[in-house]
Amino acid sequence: MAPFGGWEMPIQYPTGIIAEHRWCREQAALFDICHMGEFLYEGDLDAGGLEGVFTFSVKSIPVGRSRYGFLLNERGGVIDDLIVFRLAPEKVMVVVNAATIDNDFSVISSRLTGAASFTDISQATAKLDLQGPKARDVLTRFFGDDLGTLPYFTFTECTLLGAKAVVSRTGYTGELGYELFLPAHKVRELWELLLTDERVRPVGLGARDLLRLEVGYSLYGSDIDQVTTPLEAGLSSFVNFNKEFVGKEALLAQREEGAPRVKVAFRVNSRRSPRHHYDILFQGERVGSVTSGAFSPMLGCGIGLGFVSREAAAIGSTLTISHEKVSMEGTVCDLPFYRDGSLRS
Amino acid sequence: METYFTKEHEWVTIKDGVAAVGISDHAAHLLGDVTFVELPPLGKVVTQFQQFAAIESVKAASDIYAPLSGKIIKVNEALEVTPEIVNESPEEAAWIVRLEPSNLEELQNLMTRTQYEEFLGGME
Repeated sequence: MAPFGGWEMPIQYPTGIIAEHRWCREQAALFDICHMGEFLYEGDLDAGGLEGVFTFSVKSIPVGRSRYGFLLNERGGVIDDLIVFRLAPEKVMVVVNAATIDNDFSVISSRLTGAASFTDISQATAKLDLQGPKARDVLTRFFGDDLGTLPYFTFTECTLLGAKAVVSRTGYTGELGYELFLPAHKVRELWELLLTDERVRPVGLGARDLLRLEVGYSLYGSDIDQVTTPLEAGLSSFVNFNKEFVGKEALLAQREEGAPRVKVAFRVNSRRSPRHHYDILFQGERVGSVTSGAFSPMLGCGIGLGFVSREAAAIGSTLTISHEKVSMEGTVCDLPFYRDGSLRS
Repeated sequence: METYFTKEHEWVTIKDGVAAVGISDHAAHLLGDVTFVELPPLGKVVTQFQQFAAIESVKAASDIYAPLSGKIIKVNEALEVTPEIVNESPEEAAWIVRLEPSNLEELQNLMTRTQYEEFLGGME
């Protein structure tokens, strides 16, 4: 167990990180994600000011669908990455990272007009993620075939165990999977019910970090933060420049000038793990540092993300990853590292 | 056959004048899933309590220290492709090197299994 955003979180269960990782790639992994934050917005999207808050348009999300994007500061840095769920024309749920709940809530509130209600429902809302190629079969076994037809980034409001819930076809693993939101007092019952299926095992944050890195998803606080823009992080596809949002001016200026440093993904030519803060060298010069790294069980080698000066970022460039006595060679590559997940099956 | 331990959690046993060296069950458990072992070159001369190899797990990277001085005469190449045997069998199959000890009096600087277990108990 380890402290994380004010919660005691399971890094791993007794089978260990590698076995848990494999279970998610092959069966169905159950993650306790109750620490993440949820906010509820109710009211007109324009009058309340929500439309100008994020890097994407909330109004353009159809009811029943969700979208990933950013809350930025004036400098274009990422205050948080989040997902917005359009529950109804004038009802929206915002799902944010645990460590950023309080700051996100105050920043978003400060950008709203007060014409709509905006509440932090994190304490009352629990979240479990069921992820893996068997996730759909497990979910439909317990809750009916209708849930099996949800497309990616779509959700449904339904009743689970007699309580109002949101079942969303999203996740953080690169596998077919669901995020299940329900009232906190019901979560233990759901956790125990899902674990009665032999295809389901609990999986901790250690394996979750490996799973997300193999598919190249950013981890807030490591790969993106208040001094990193979506352009630098290679995430401009989640920014809509055809609308207004805080940070847009800074991003436009950076787009004009070119970002001084950019994210790279690289594979290591051995089983060594690059780790957060290791130096990245290119042609003998330090050009940046590692923000996420691990041994990838699926690729059988070390993999990592880092930020480097632009001349070192071309696909195929050879990097040296270095820390004290440890040194390894890496090759810049495309994302995702792992492409054979069941995500869209 | 007596097994001796260091405070850094390496073990060593001596058979027919050759020392087998690895990391303890306790150390393997603390590391979690082992993903990489850096082996020293054959013939390398090592000094007691000096680093001679390295090990990485999903959680951490650690140095491995020589429990005795001597010359490396064999390395466990299986660890290069299946480092997970360190978790499965840390004190048998996952020996890391065999070395020719140069001074067996150095054993006096090590702990017996009973002493090591007391040492671990005191760390809790």
